[in-house]
Amino acid sequence: MSDFLAAQDSAGHEHAQPRSDQNRSLWGDVRYELMRNPVFWVSSVLVLVILSMAFAPQLWAETSPTARGACRLENARVEPSAAHPFGYTNAGCDMWSSLVYGTGKSVIVAILVTIGTVIVGVTLGTVAGYVGGFADTVISRVTDIFFGLPFILGALVFLAIFPDRNVWTLTAVLTMFGWTSLTRVMRGSVISTKQKDYVDAARALGATNFFIIRKHILANSIAPVIVLATIGLGAYISAEATLTFLGVGYQRPTVSWGLLVAEGQNLALAGFWHLLVLPCAFIVVTVLSFILLGDALRDALDPRAR
Amino acid sequence: MGRYVARRLVQFIPVILGTLFLLHVLSVLTIQIVGDPVRALFGENAPPEAILEQLRANYNLDDDCLEQTGNPCVRLFVDRLAQYASGDFGINFRGRSVAELFVERFPVTVRLTVIALVFETVVGIFLGVMAGLRKDKLVDNFVRFSTVLLIAFPVFVFGTLAQLFIGLELGLPLRDSERAPEWLGQMLTVTYNPEFPWLSLMLPGLVLGAFSLAAIARLTRTSLIENLRSDYVRTARAKGLTSSRTVGVHTLRNSLIPVVTYIGIDIGLLLGGALVTEGIFNIPGVGQLVFLAIQANDTPVILGVVTILTVVFLVANLLVDILYAALDPRIRYE
Amino acid sequence: MSEILTETERRSNKSPLSGVSFDGSAPLLEVEDLEVEFHTRDGIAHAVNNVSFTLREGETLGILGESGCGKSVTAQAIMGILDTPPAKVTGGQVRYRGVDLLQLEEKTRRHIRANKIAIIFQDALSSLNPVFTVGWQLGELYRKHAGASRAQAKSKAVELLDLVGIPGAPARINSFPHQFSGGMRQRVMIAMALALEPDIIIADEPTTALDVTVQAQVMTLLSDLQREMRLGLILITHDMGVVADVADKICVMYAGHAVERADVYEIYERPAHPYTKALLESIPRVDQKGQDLTVIKGLPPALVDPPPGCSFHPRCAFARDRCTTDEPPLYEVPGNRLSACHYWEEVLES
Ligand SMILES: Nc1ncnc2c1ncn2[C@@H]1O[C@H](COP(=O)(O)OP(=O)(O)O)[C@@H](O)[C@H]1O
Ligand SMILES: [Mg+2]
Repeated sequence: MSDFLAAQDSAGHEHAQPRSDQNRSLWGDVRYELMRNPVFWVSSVLVLVILSMAFAPQLWAETSPTARGACRLENARVEPSAAHPFGYTNAGCDMWSSLVYGTGKSVIVAILVTIGTVIVGVTLGTVAGYVGGFADTVISRVTDIFFGLPFILGALVFLAIFPDRNVWTLTAVLTMFGWTSLTRVMRGSVISTKQKDYVDAARALGATNFFIIRKHILANSIAPVIVLATIGLGAYISAEATLTFLGVGYQRPTVSWGLLVAEGQNLALAGFWHLLVLPCAFIVVTVLSFILLGDALRDALDPRAR
Repeated sequence: MGRYVARRLVQFIPVILGTLFLLHVLSVLTIQIVGDPVRALFGENAPPEAILEQLRANYNLDDDCLEQTGNPCVRLFVDRLAQYASGDFGINFRGRSVAELFVERFPVTVRLTVIALVFETVVGIFLGVMAGLRKDKLVDNFVRFSTVLLIAFPVFVFGTLAQLFIGLELGLPLRDSERAPEWLGQMLTVTYNPEFPWLSLMLPGLVLGAFSLAAIARLTRTSLIENLRSDYVRTARAKGLTSSRTVGVHTLRNSLIPVVTYIGIDIGLLLGGALVTEGIFNIPGVGQLVFLAIQANDTPVILGVVTILTVVFLVANLLVDILYAALDPRIRYE
Repeated sequence: MSEILTETERRSNKSPLSGVSFDGSAPLLEVEDLEVEFHTRDGIAHAVNNVSFTLREGETLGILGESGCGKSVTAQAIMGILDTPPAKVTGGQVRYRGVDLLQLEEKTRRHIRANKIAIIFQDALSSLNPVFTVGWQLGELYRKHAGASRAQAKSKAVELLDLVGIPGAPARINSFPHQFSGGMRQRVMIAMALALEPDIIIADEPTTALDVTVQAQVMTLLSDLQREMRLGLILITHDMGVVADVADKICVMYAGHAVERADVYEIYERPAHPYTKALLESIPRVDQKGQDLTVIKGLPPALVDPPPGCSFHPRCAFARDRCTTDEPPLYEVPGNRLSACHYWEEVLES
């Protein structure tokens, strides 16, 4: 072990570079990297569009498909035309406004789950990594156990038992099975930060644990958490839609992408391709936007990983 | 190596017990929140009284602890473990044993998963190596772009689209055609065909493996690039070895270590994905069993099958861990 | 060990190097005006500039300099194992027995490595492949270069480990690198370098990563083996203390330039370059206990954007106006030495 440390030490020494303010220059570099990355621009514009659809759908479509008289059966499955480029759903609602109003259902769950998993993951990961010992053992073993339950299968069991499912049940279940990977990443990140010289120095100067965690550990572990959370947003959107497609997520009459795909699947084989392809396109573009944004952030935060 | 395997086996016991207990606690908790256990398990359409009797015996639905919210019902868990040990994973709506149903359908799911695994590892590693060796060149950019795209396709989206465009638009004319070979048409299928137990699983298998193919390609690429920069690869070059040996022998094996770890996690993903794929392509596997059970509100089947699949996943993971140790001596001697 | 080699040569009827005409009377290694650049995002880093030196049989050349001054890049350029890109050898010659290695095809050059010139790296733990046994990694050389069978390779590996003083060699060849101590691992690296009986060994900071007590043992082993086998040894280090005992000649590098070349005694006696002088003053001495250690103030310059004139002038105690504009050539200093300082006479006097 001491060999290893010695080797590391001398390696670090060899590459010692003068650097005035590490934190500022790090974030400065990150900004610079992001600004010149076209992927960042494209994906963040898309993400903004998606978020605005989620929180202010009326900006994008006049009438909600759940409003009275919005859907008419005689319009059912009408294919796209110049006047209605997205056509009509199986229930005779305007496809475009169904998709726009469905955005919120997916995105809001994903945001809530992301907030939930970040809170749980950062807290448990920090405790496990910083305190170590018994707390670490317990948290790590519990994480292992949750990890032993495959995500979709686990979520399925509980959602199947709940008779009515809404934003909150979906959020609770997805959070319950989603916190493990963030906890593991955070724990590893905290352990490696804890061994840095400046943490020792702070401790030697009498800083409290709370101060060290807030000032040093979190600041230095936050980068991988931001990246994972962004990609996670995409993953949870995909997970929610999958569960809904399987029949354990949102239920009618809620308008959601997963339900539209489930409905469109058989009808598409019967020739109404737009019922399947359009909701699929919305899901894919949304998930893709978050993944690309996460990727761009990762590239900027960790240039070595490229 | 023997010591390592023994240690992993010992560690395995608490993990599998813990996971089963977790599954139990969460299901009990949900039943307690929902209230009436029969309603919780079946929704509005409860099964006939005779089967309810059997279920009561099986799940102890009349046990008091199911009414005390927050009670983990440890006694029930112990009973249930004993049932699991004797191969009893509950019964379905019509009184059939879930274990039996599972065994009947499992071979199809295994075939599907094997196709997906082989496809994703072979193609994924190949693409990852090509991209890693030609970093920032055309191949690399192509692989990076197409894998991000694949990752953004949830299995059910990819599955339904593949069914429509490949199975129907492309496959149907081939199946109808006189000149096209039969196997080609059967490979591009809309649904499972028992006369072609492997061929008609090809398209669903590729759909199932697509996501992980992308993940494996990216993982291989990153890990290969990292290892190509490493000191021991520099040593291999200094030893005057050919570049194919430097990459093939000295870099590839090290680069595949994280891929093996991923495959462990991936088996869980595949089992979840099999459910979706089997539902879409109408494949009579275990996943379809769950898929149909969801639609019929037959919760005991879901619980039983998920329990068995969890055990399958954990055992598969154990095997992957042992393979991992075979590849990386540092783990073996820890 | 050479019997295997000759046997293969007979079998294949032609050694891979037989087409190359080495001149037995030429010096073992001559590096002349070697130049290496790195193409980085911040610009072109001139890591090695016009470096020249000569190494003869049985001789030890010490290359000295602070971290980042281009020592390892020089070594890897000689071996031909730099990553290209980002590195590029833009000029000069590396002659082994009169043949310029830079002009050889990669196929031929590959056989020079390990057979004629071998290298020992600083960090043995990361330089050995973690997933193969030490015996396998040593034996690979015999199998791939000399056509030995697995069994032959194995027994050769045991011999080698014996040679470098690793106890219990027959059992140890089945161990993995991480199962050795730092010192033992570095012995494995030495064994690997010696395997094919090369003429030249380049040791790039072979003891820097080791504990002080182990450092001495490894250095002793290396210099003993060098004397026994009459190897040409290039010893790279940033520690003047290490080279003093073993080197015959010294080449001091600063910011990619060879700033002073001389015999070891003279350089220690009377340095002719202010940088060498500063380096010497930074060695802690037993007879100066209690006095302040002199360290060179400041950092070496960035190689992307070196200062004009003499690259050492910002840190130099002897610097004048001229040093900021004129790049000093290598002046000949009496005693067959060279110094890249306009005021070398002054430095010698002081
Ligand atoms: N991979 C690389 N990319 C860019 N520049 C490099 C690289 N490796 C080395 N250099 C440059 O070459 C210089 C010399 O490095 P090196 O030879 O390793 O120094 P040392 O004398 O400590 O062995 C460094 O200061 C750096 O500027
Ligand atoms: Mg170096």
